[in-house]
Amino acid sequence: MSFNRREILGSAIAGAASLALPSIVRAQAGSAHVVVVGGGFGGATAARYLKARAPQVRVTLIEPAQTFYTCPFSNLYLAGLRTWDSIGHSYDGLRKAGIDVIHARADNVDTHGKRVLLSTGQALSYDKLVLSPGIDMRWNALEGYDEAAAELAPHAWKAGAQTQLLKKQLDAMPDGGKFVMVIPANPFRCPPGPYERAAMVAHYFKQHKPKSKILLLDNKDAFSKQGLFLSGYKALYGDMIEWVKQSDDGQVVRVDAKNLEVETAFGTKHKADVLNVIPPQKAGFIAERAGVTDASGWVPIKPESFESQQVKDVYVLGDATQAAPMPKSGFAANTQGKVAASVIAAELTGKPAPQAAFANTCYSLIGTDYGISVAGVYRTDGGKLIEVAGSGGVSPANADAGFRKAEAEYGAAWYKAISTDIWDR
Amino acid sequence: MPQSPLSAVRAAVWLSAALLAPAAMAQTASSPAPAANPAVQDISVIAGTCANCHGPNGQSTGGIPTLRGVGERHLLARMQAFKAGTATDATVMTRLMKGYDDAQIQALAQWFSKEAK
Repeated sequence: MSFNRREILGSAIAGAASLALPSIVRAQAGSAHVVVVGGGFGGATAARYLKARAPQVRVTLIEPAQTFYTCPFSNLYLAGLRTWDSIGHSYDGLRKAGIDVIHARADNVDTHGKRVLLSTGQALSYDKLVLSPGIDMRWNALEGYDEAAAELAPHAWKAGAQTQLLKKQLDAMPDGGKFVMVIPANPFRCPPGPYERAAMVAHYFKQHKPKSKILLLDNKDAFSKQGLFLSGYKALYGDMIEWVKQSDDGQVVRVDAKNLEVETAFGTKHKADVLNVIPPQKAGFIAERAGVTDASGWVPIKPESFESQQVKDVYVLGDATQAAPMPKSGFAANTQGKVAASVIAAELTGKPAPQAAFANTCYSLIGTDYGISVAGVYRTDGGKLIEVAGSGGVSPANADAGFRKAEAEYGAAWYKAISTDIWDR
Repeated sequence: MPQSPLSAVRAAVWLSAALLAPAAMAQTASSPAPAANPAVQDISVIAGTCANCHGPNGQSTGGIPTLRGVGERHLLARMQAFKAGTATDATVMTRLMKGYDDAQIQALAQWFSKEAK
């Protein structure tokens, strides 16, 4: 992808001279520049660990938000168990670590000229580019669900104004109302997320609106930690939450956001008091601009480095990538960021590259003292990502109350640890 | 935290480069049928995943134990018990440690037992 004439003229020329030299030469001169797009779990981790491992490398992080609100624990905000501020993170820590943070949007990538164009008009030259763009919604993939519809029936699947809107709607809903959630087929961001959200909304209802109901309309027949979630729902919330799987007419095919009504594949109509539509998704748009997505809308990567399979010197992290069997989770993105940072640091400093190793642990909260988890350890094998045989899995089905309480506490401790690892708080 | 994560991570990288290599050689005698000894850059990547719960550089931010500076033998015994499924207080660690071989576990114990500078 190339910039048009106006974009080139409008941009800084500062980087032009250095473009003539091969990147490795500049790297040895200590002037290598790595641009990271996206300050979430993948990108901010990559920036921090790259700077730590190769302090002589210039690292620039591009992130529009001054404060990054995390999807993890945004369900606890909906439950009233967390303040909004407690899931927001500034970039002061990354700046202190020597990273240039620019609050702008990356609008385009010229992968031939190796430059990123920002919404400010500035163009940044890079030796290596790291994209951690998260997800974008596939508007209208679900009939009737576009950006305008999301203002009435929020997805709340990017933490921010959408999350606050959903909370406001739940707060305003009368007791005895119905909360309907539309859940997409795989793959999508945070596989256990919708089911944790159901539990957290149930927690809130049980305290404040105990006659209310929760209906989950799912476009699949099985989901992450399913047995644990369903038994947890029963134990804590009785029959407040009803899950309708795809083959039982759970697939929603049409959304009428104005009337807060959805229609299923079999023609059943469900009216909601609060409607939460989590639509089908794809890689964040800058991945498309950089030419790293394939027909699926997601990004194929080389598992040893998370470099794009399609474009050299562009690394892609997190939810945007095709990294199965790793889930689209913040934890996974963080470990992918550490691998990419180590590989890039090794290459730029002429050291041996590390062997890729990844892990994931996702905690979900069902009640204040009731946590569950899924974990996995991953490595590469013959150019493929694999889960290490015998590792991983979900919390035991028959665990006692002490175990569930411990996992609730470990979940909170995990959040504090990983957000400190990334953002310093 | 006594130091910034940046300096801690950096210290760990340099420190381990100096200290890990001889220990990794020594451990072949004590561990049964180890896989290839992990190189320092490999173990630093694995150790990086621990930070997500145990805190930056293995220094706890609360609620989950610190790893940094804990005795190597204790760390090794705990990780081996997690992997064997004999740690009665374990929750997720049993599932995670089954993903690592003996040589990696030994190298992790060595890595985190060193005090950060």
